[in-house]
Amino acid sequence: MIQLQFFARYRDVLGRDAEQMPWDAELRTLEDVRARLLARGEAWQVLAEQRLMCARNQELCNLSTPVVDGDEVAFFPPVTGG
Amino acid sequence: MRIDVQTASFDPGELLNQLHADYQGTGAVVGFVGYVRDFNDGDPVSGMWLEHYPGMTEKALADIVEQAQARWLLHEVHVLHRVGQLEPGEPIVFVGVASAHRQAAFEANTFIMDYLKTRAPFWKRESTPQGERWVDAKHSDEQALSRWQSPGESS
Repeated sequence: MIQLQFFARYRDVLGRDAEQMPWDAELRTLEDVRARLLARGEAWQVLAEQRLMCARNQELCNLSTPVVDGDEVAFFPPVTGG
Repeated sequence: MRIDVQTASFDPGELLNQLHADYQGTGAVVGFVGYVRDFNDGDPVSGMWLEHYPGMTEKALADIVEQAQARWLLHEVHVLHRVGQLEPGEPIVFVGVASAHRQAAFEANTFIMDYLKTRAPFWKRESTPQGERWVDAKHSDEQALSRWQSPGESS
């Protein structure tokens, strides 16, 4: 399983803060995970944003970062703290 | 290093004094306090909700402080960021840096704030007369990082 998390505006648009995605060997990178989500339909296109940020196991990464079974993967809009 | 992510407010003066109390060799303490403004992007703001990524937030802040400690000789660093509901005039964030001399303390403080604003997982949602809205990230915040990066580097 991949543990997915969504934050802030993405969570509002997607109507969920987390879900489990079954893992399979074709999920090699975060880009593959995102592609599965984008294929679900209109609301999910929010994840196509140029400035999307992502994290693997609670560390910032990029879409080419590899994923493995059991990972926690998060997608979120640009951060606005401080 | 001290990292706090909390809903409670704080007294910046107490935090500054604490940074000096820890080491007698400290000659300089630089503190930054960020506050909630009552105006943003042309609209009055009556309140703000601060969301974060529990677990990752603390790690991201600690990572930023470690990078600062690798660049400057620092005696102590304290980063405190509030989450949850905040009202105009309330403090949101404190970054305090103690060092032997002022230059390291000033530079490290700016470095930490620049990275906090662009790499730590916090999001602001503000209340305006038109309703609630997520605050957009500023391109200028991302550009500010370039002053810390050598040519060709991008992280």
